[in-house]
Amino acid sequence: MKGFQKKLWFGLLIMALLSPLGIVIPRLFNSDGAWGEWGTDKLGRLLGYVPEGLRKYADFWKAPVSDYSIGGEGAPLSARIFSYIGSGILGIFLVGLAVYLISRLLGKHGK
Amino acid sequence: MHIPDGYLSPQTYIPLYGISLGFWALALRNIKKELSTRHIPYLAMAAAFSFLIQMFNIPVPGGTTGHAVGAGIIAVLLGPWTSVAAVSMVLVIQAIVFGDGGITALGANCFNMAVAMPFVSYLTFKLINRGSKNGRRLYIAAFLSGYAGLSIAAMLTAVELGIQPLIASAPDGRPLYAPYPLSVTVPAMALGHFLLLSIVEGTMTVLLFKYFLKHEPGLIHAIKET
Repeated sequence: MKGFQKKLWFGLLIMALLSPLGIVIPRLFNSDGAWGEWGTDKLGRLLGYVPEGLRKYADFWKAPVSDYSIGGEGAPLSARIFSYIGSGILGIFLVGLAVYLISRLLGKHGK
Repeated sequence: MHIPDGYLSPQTYIPLYGISLGFWALALRNIKKELSTRHIPYLAMAAAFSFLIQMFNIPVPGGTTGHAVGAGIIAVLLGPWTSVAAVSMVLVIQAIVFGDGGITALGANCFNMAVAMPFVSYLTFKLINRGSKNGRRLYIAAFLSGYAGLSIAAMLTAVELGIQPLIASAPDGRPLYAPYPLSVTVPAMALGHFLLLSIVEGTMTVLLFKYFLKHEPGLIHAIKET
């Protein structure tokens, strides 16, 4: 069991290291972002206007690591790759923390 | 498939928050009752897996991208309620820390990817497998569970976006929130998902299912005899 779990954690770490493929490969195909998740500037270009309610709510929240990139979306590719891997590892850490907190909340301890 | 802030009207995101909150409460109760302490690390690994797999954006013809979610394989391996908890956790972190998906839309995004998807995947698996121990049947069930789960999540997203012009428009007739009607959102989401992304999700589901069946068959929730 222990050895098996160790293997799985190792696999997850490999995934984090390979995660920049998720930004490099779409670039090769000139693919940019998911359908319908456009920011107000891109939506404005597509539509010719930005819906009023959408504009009001769009910047409701300023995420600390917006778009998994420390330097924002305009950062050079190498910086984006680096922060993408960092985001993956931060993500693993944060879900670990969340699970720990939930298991404390539910009164389940130990491994 | 992460709806940003501003795309959904309050008439849409508030009820969906309510539904998701209800499922979160039920998920916590079920985990408390069912998930044994030794399975807690698996909950963490499942959430980490879902977080990471969503980072692998795949180009979709038409200039957009999409990704697998992993909610289906988590539901099959650890049960639908554990999947609800794991994927919800991921979506909360993505929204707050990485700005992926809106804060107001969090209830909707959780409903699509962390509530509907786990249950659709789990039920699909059960429905097709029907307790069979036959390898091929298990694999078909696993593939289709991933395929159906992601497809349904995509369609729910498309409907939530597509109904916005019907719900709210400015005095000049322009939509207030997500601007595209159902006749645009549904085909756009269907195309990318049915023909590509859901196949990726299904393939990933069957590969991981095979791996666990070989190494830790006793863990797999959906084939446990109870």
